[in-house]
Amino acid sequence: MRGGPFILVLIAVAAAIFAFGRWLDNSYAFFVAYVVVQYIVLGTAWNILGGYTGYVNFGITAFFAIGAYSSVVLHKLVPAMPLPAMIVVGGVMAGIVGVGTGYLTLRLRGVYFSIATLALAVVVQTLITNWDFVGGARGAYVLRPRTAPLIGGGYIEYLFLIMLGLCVIALATARAIERSSLGFGFAAIRDDEAAAEASGVPTLKLKLIATGLSGGFMGMAGAPLPFYVTYLDPSSGFSLNYAVNAIAMPLIGGTSSWLGPVIGAVLVGGLQEYLRVTISSAVNVLVAGVLMVVFVIIAPQGIVGLFKRKR
Amino acid sequence: MTALLHVEGLGKRFGGFVALEAIDLEVQDGERLGLIGPNGSGKSTLVNCICGTLRNETGSVSFAGEKLDGLLAHQRTRRGLGRSFQLPRPFASLSLVENLRIPILYAVNARSSGVLAGAAIDARCRDVLSQVGLAEKADRLPRDLTQIEMRKLELARAMASEPRVLIADEAMAGLSHGEVDEIIALLIRLNERGVTVVMIEHIMRAVMEFSQRLAVLVAGKKIADGVPKDVVRDPEVVRAYLGE
Repeated sequence: MRGGPFILVLIAVAAAIFAFGRWLDNSYAFFVAYVVVQYIVLGTAWNILGGYTGYVNFGITAFFAIGAYSSVVLHKLVPAMPLPAMIVVGGVMAGIVGVGTGYLTLRLRGVYFSIATLALAVVVQTLITNWDFVGGARGAYVLRPRTAPLIGGGYIEYLFLIMLGLCVIALATARAIERSSLGFGFAAIRDDEAAAEASGVPTLKLKLIATGLSGGFMGMAGAPLPFYVTYLDPSSGFSLNYAVNAIAMPLIGGTSSWLGPVIGAVLVGGLQEYLRVTISSAVNVLVAGVLMVVFVIIAPQGIVGLFKRKR
Repeated sequence: MTALLHVEGLGKRFGGFVALEAIDLEVQDGERLGLIGPNGSGKSTLVNCICGTLRNETGSVSFAGEKLDGLLAHQRTRRGLGRSFQLPRPFASLSLVENLRIPILYAVNARSSGVLAGAAIDARCRDVLSQVGLAEKADRLPRDLTQIEMRKLELARAMASEPRVLIADEAMAGLSHGEVDEIIALLIRLNERGVTVVMIEHIMRAVMEFSQRLAVLVAGKKIADGVPKDVVRDPEVVRAYLGE
């Protein structure tokens, strides 16, 4: 399927999901679906750098929280600013940080790069915790409007719609990368960086594109968070759950395709929510951890890998 | 003939160890040059400095009249310097066709005005693969290849970047007699089509058969350069290989 029709299909699917949610008319369903879709965006963002380019980023929460906290800042400075504009700002901020850290850390390979990104998360969390303007360690309250702008209904419906739109953009971008020369360049870097250079691939430039896109989408996924939780403090904004899930979901779904993070997020996110309601709210991370171990053993290529033809 | 590749006073150190010292080397357009030397004499380091994988501290490398100093490896590849690695380094998750697609997308397309797309790229990849005898395995993954096929893929990927100079770094190590002949024939065919070839090799039979000119590196210095049959009789070369 070509790029244009693919995007139309994505939009149609997203519209159908939203219409179904409206028909259900259950705000709990919107709250759950928002989380799952948010993880699709987060997982897709991680996969652009981790899956396509082979650089495992553990600092997801840094980018995610930069998006979230830039919304907190904007909300305090310009309360009337529409959410989509905040998302763009949050994405740009996180993207810039992505390119910056990429430039500083991409000389590191493998596990050393991962450790550096982990350090980034700690640094950003420390900065935010000590920044009084955004609430510091106390956290910040964000009062969201009672009803949604433009579409009417509860504000959560609006948040969900925004996240769905973001998801369409993220998936269309990921698939476009896969099929373009950029995707082949990323794959060459993942497989062998020296050989990629010798084949004419400008590895540093491509890695910066990957870290910028990946960080940017993570920031965009985080930007609506303050409005979703209405109270944001560093320990929830930088929660380990985001990092673990954003890595586990693409790995479980399959890192080779845009579909992997979608399958992973729906499966793991759905299961987590089900267990949260039926058993305990603390089993989230356990689910992701156990599933990740199981899949690394029985299906290292993820679910998508199981169905791909063996070459 | 003009010198296509010109190495002048090139030096490279690793900490206190001098890997290369004031190397001068000229490669003429269309030439077949053999580069030999005992293990650890700096042959691969020289290739890495010429191709930009390593930075040389002193001296300079010029290619087709242009100084390459400060250019990154991919920029040199785009200018027409192709190399194969001593140990094959295929893109393991990509099929053979896709392996060749990378240099076409990133070296050939970055260079020429007429950019190849879609089916034309695929056809070009398969054409290069058939030149090295890998056409039947075009859609397989590198892990399905034998040792010699892996070497051929390594050469094919370098060929796909349409280099003016191809530097083959020990493309034949560990291959059987017949397989060595196959690779020599392949490199000579390439040379006949106008590609300058620098061959780095330990197998003397291959070097003597292939080279029009022979350069010898010993302990980071070039000790001989000339017609192969004279070079191998050079007392200094004999001493380096066999001792006093």
